[in-house]
Amino acid sequence: MSEPISALNHASFDGIARIEECGLQGMITLRGDLSDKVVIKAVKDATGQKMPGQREAFVDGETGVCWMSPDELLVLVPYAEVEAKLAAMQDALSGVHALAVNVSDARAVFRVSGPTAREVLGKVAPVDFSSDAFQPGQIRRTRLAQVAGAFWMDDEETFRVVCFRSVADYVFKLLKVAAQPGSEVGYF
Amino acid sequence: MLILKCPYCGVDAEETELTAGGEAHLKRFGPGSSDDEFHDYLFARENPKGVHFERWRHSNGCGKWFHAARCTATLEVFGTYSAQVTEPPQEIRDAISAKRPGWTWREFS
Repeated sequence: MSEPISALNHASFDGIARIEECGLQGMITLRGDLSDKVVIKAVKDATGQKMPGQREAFVDGETGVCWMSPDELLVLVPYAEVEAKLAAMQDALSGVHALAVNVSDARAVFRVSGPTAREVLGKVAPVDFSSDAFQPGQIRRTRLAQVAGAFWMDDEETFRVVCFRSVADYVFKLLKVAAQPGSEVGYF
Repeated sequence: MLILKCPYCGVDAEETELTAGGEAHLKRFGPGSSDDEFHDYLFARENPKGVHFERWRHSNGCGKWFHAARCTATLEVFGTYSAQVTEPPQEIRDAISAKRPGWTWREFS
């Protein structure tokens, strides 16, 4: 078996914020009726988190669950555990109309950290990044310049950004330009 | 810039996050209909100056389709609502009537 490697293999950049590719992250897309007790329990068993409401993200390190749409969740688990967690989830969901798929290798994850992280993301996404509007515990799916992406906050100064693996290089270069030294805006 | 509130994820999404899906509330005329009905279903569109109903997709977001009621002359948005309806809900019609008394659009008013 060949060694799995993430899209950019931990590439990083230090500018007004630190950009780093996080490496391998287990991800499961779960679609179904999110109010169904069986689905809620499957999420709880896989991540230890409760069912997120609209645009909520309950993430602790490499494990968590994010609300993607009224019938879709992104379940995060450590990469090494994804097959086992997925099998358990599919087993638990066998009686209900739901779908769980391993999408770990279809995605890339970045961390944008530093006091100006909000500014860096604000340059590439049409989203209100003021601390009144976006806080840890929330997820936002949007576009990052020309490609689809999503992000949530680990803490007040750290964003985790998810995009498709095929555009990982584009997103990394985009974030690098947005974080160029001397490009502070001083808005947030 | 047009800003529409996605009724599914509650985001105030700007135009670049959305995909326009053309006119709303088209009634389909398929097999068994007359040529005129089929022609109108395929090609006849309202193109009004004023109140208009459209379909939009939150493509760079939750991915859901929804309906929007807006004014094509001023870009004023009267409201957005679920895609799972065949006609505008009463609260949307009331919101339009408050701003544009006497409006009509296809068979709705």
